[in-house]
Amino acid sequence: MGIEIKSEKEIANMRQAGKIVADVLRILSERIKPGMKTKELDIIAENEVKKRGAVPSFKGYHGFPATICVSVNDEIVHGIPGDRVLKEGDIVSLDFGVIYNGLQGDAAVTVPVGKINPTAKSLIETTRGALESGIAAACDGARLGDISAAIQNYAESRGYSVVREYTGHGIGRQMHEDPQIPNCTDAPYGLKPGTGPVLKKGMTLALEPMLNTGGWQTRVAGDRWTVLTADGSLSAHFEHTIVVDNTKPEVLTQGTYG
Amino acid sequence: MAKKEAIEVEGTVIEALPNAMFRVELPNGHEVLAHISGKIRMHYIRVLPGDKVLIELSPYDLKRGRITYRLK
Repeated sequence: MGIEIKSEKEIANMRQAGKIVADVLRILSERIKPGMKTKELDIIAENEVKKRGAVPSFKGYHGFPATICVSVNDEIVHGIPGDRVLKEGDIVSLDFGVIYNGLQGDAAVTVPVGKINPTAKSLIETTRGALESGIAAACDGARLGDISAAIQNYAESRGYSVVREYTGHGIGRQMHEDPQIPNCTDAPYGLKPGTGPVLKKGMTLALEPMLNTGGWQTRVAGDRWTVLTADGSLSAHFEHTIVVDNTKPEVLTQGTYG
Repeated sequence: MAKKEAIEVEGTVIEALPNAMFRVELPNGHEVLAHISGKIRMHYIRVLPGDKVLIELSPYDLKRGRITYRLK
């Protein structure tokens, strides 16, 4: 219970963890190409983490078998890397976290494989924008529900739905700490603007909107991990680990894209 | 990694069952079968009938939950 305020020292380690996460995600985004198997991305990630003296945080988490989550097209999150071959036009969400000196960093990006169609491109850009508008709302004195409202308004005003059943989270020594951070304001999943815990300087949060071109409903695949859109529509996912500060939060996983 | 959304509600423990399971009554009168979260079990926090507890419900199955906190 309660949201921890991190010390300067903890934040310094999370800054380092965040930098490693960002570096590895950028390498994966640059190397991804048509014809590649999703497990090749996992192998690259595992090697790059080792080189940097960190430990992957997803591997073994509730039994998750890999270093990264790779979710393709209608897969939203928690896709397991394997023999699936990426094709020109696919969009791929890469979600990845590490532990450095006992502290965690966690981020996600959705990247194109080769040339993608305008619908997919616009979905990716909007999801990134939704994350950024959520981050902008996360200042000292704001309420948790202000983040949820910012994300949902940004997404829905542009014609996309936000996934309800998976949320952002506090992060620190554990990957998932309090609070859970909904991406919507509707009961029973979400938090209305101006409600929820008050945000304070030094809280470390992982914000992660997941946007779909169709409905927000999800289903879980036979592997019991991969979450897909119920209607088969496209989905994108962006995530950053941030520290709440007086006005503008510091993004600890800066540099994963653009 | 995204967190699976869980709904948190307050309830009162009615009965302790074997295997660290509990019957918990919610304020709306519904009964939920709840197990104890690992965190509580690790810290040896005893949960007894009559205790007020916080439970996390899965949006998929509102009949089952997880006790995450014993309220004072």
